[in-house]
Amino acid sequence: MKTLRQSALMVLLVVIAVTTLLPLVWMVMASFMPSGDASSVPPPFFPRTVTLEQYIGLFTRLHLGRSLFNSVLLSVAVTLISLVVNSMAGYAFAKYRFRGRAPLFKLLIASMVIPAQVTMLPLFLLLNKMGLINTYFGVIIPGMASIFGIFLIRQFAMTIPDSLLEAARMDGASDLRIYWSVILPLCKPILVTLAIFTFMGTWNDFLWPLIVMTDDAMYTLPVALANLAGEHVQDTELMMAGSVMTVLPVLVVFAAVQKYYLAGIMAGSVKE
Amino acid sequence: MFGSSRARALLIFLGPALLAISVFFFLPVLAALVMSFTDFDIYSLGDIRYARFVGFRNYLQLFNDPLFWKALGNTLYFLVVGGPLSVAVSLGAALLLHSRLVRFKPMFRFIYFMPVVTTLVAIAVVWRYVYHPRFGLLNAAMGALGFSPIDWLGDPDWAMPALIIMAVWKNFGYNMIIFIAGLQNIPASLYEAASIDGAGPVQQFFKITLPMLAPTTLFISIITMIGYFQFFAEPYVMTLGGPMNSTLSIVLLMYQQGFRWWNMGYSAALAFVLFAMILVVSVIQTRVQKQKGDLL
Repeated sequence: MKTLRQSALMVLLVVIAVTTLLPLVWMVMASFMPSGDASSVPPPFFPRTVTLEQYIGLFTRLHLGRSLFNSVLLSVAVTLISLVVNSMAGYAFAKYRFRGRAPLFKLLIASMVIPAQVTMLPLFLLLNKMGLINTYFGVIIPGMASIFGIFLIRQFAMTIPDSLLEAARMDGASDLRIYWSVILPLCKPILVTLAIFTFMGTWNDFLWPLIVMTDDAMYTLPVALANLAGEHVQDTELMMAGSVMTVLPVLVVFAAVQKYYLAGIMAGSVKE
Repeated sequence: MFGSSRARALLIFLGPALLAISVFFFLPVLAALVMSFTDFDIYSLGDIRYARFVGFRNYLQLFNDPLFWKALGNTLYFLVVGGPLSVAVSLGAALLLHSRLVRFKPMFRFIYFMPVVTTLVAIAVVWRYVYHPRFGLLNAAMGALGFSPIDWLGDPDWAMPALIIMAVWKNFGYNMIIFIAGLQNIPASLYEAASIDGAGPVQQFFKITLPMLAPTTLFISIITMIGYFQFFAEPYVMTLGGPMNSTLSIVLLMYQQGFRWWNMGYSAALAFVLFAMILVVSVIQTRVQKQKGDLL
């Protein structure tokens, strides 16, 4: 009875796993097919001949290497900058007493309910005035600080005992020194989590880069891919290669750090 | 110790974040609110003096615009059908993975979570081909089972279900993780006591698991709804809102009005309607959670 139930469970789990994987595996398979092969009846799952021509086409004819570079640069830059900005603010909210701290923090938390779409039109006009449309800063600047990031760091930093900070202060450490040598090392787990969230969020973001980047050479991978998908509707294999290129980096990052990523979802889900 | 050095440190720590959030978040929110009461358009883009206050005209126009109602209806369709479906699939997967009989749990968890981290645009591109009426995997698989082919993205009746299926596939792993955490927090003693009292697995599920998961389910439903309110990339990449506007969403309409036709006043009004709906959902959540807290 127990083994029967166990087998039934396993079958169910495998069926869900196969359903989950099938589109992704087919994407990889089709990306290695010669042009036109995927469009036959019945649709082939495995390539009859394996070719790299789609990937070569992406890098030579379509200059997707440039978009790859943009995506990497922007994701890394936003991650590093926002990590510093958010961790400083989160630490200040956790460990500094100042007038208006509680209401200010409440205001920030409450405004998390405002969807980003609300800000986009004026933000576009503002960045346009600043001459930052179609520049890297157009993506980096709005991503510099995030309320969610500040919140995550603050929750974590509050668990650091005050005695530790007092001891450092007794030893003559300055405020900046304490932040750098005591707080940051202790906050490492939440910093890693936040870094992964920010990196993936920036990498996968679509609407804002679509608005800000007006020139092919500045497109991130998702924007370039959406653009290509409009022009190359018939080139299934080419589009699959482009999709692999867009998805693979985040999947690799996730595989490497999934423990921290999943921990972050838990941390975010228990707020208040 | 509370001298000016601490004040200066506070300024250094808080300054950048507060400045960035004020200038690039709060200011645009207020500006958008003002903008939604103006006729800001492509001429105002060149010279802001061309923008005039028009009171509630944008909002009135919105409520008389059949496209708005179409987009609202589609968005609610996505929400009301896709939301519960996606929560149910997440719960099912979490229950399966929580079972003590299951082996290779980390592997399954990893696989189920994979679509969550993938780039939505790339996934939408892939699924556009999965849904291809002639060369798509889905119709081929259904054909093998004896079903007749469906023009998933070309048929106004099927386009929305197609987007919902894809969204459930992409998202269920996220809520599954939160459900698993919720399941792990249910004390084993409850189940032991129920077993002693002679309650079967089905009874245990309805009398222990579901009630104990209620706060988790509420939280998940709310974040799922808020996320689904904002769906955009799926129709942008897969259908451009078609066929016959059957997949036009609020955010897609907002994008088209604002950044294609530069009707920015009108688009800002749309953004605030979206915000109002999300606000209502969030307030309901807070209310229900407070009530729960009072009862305990």
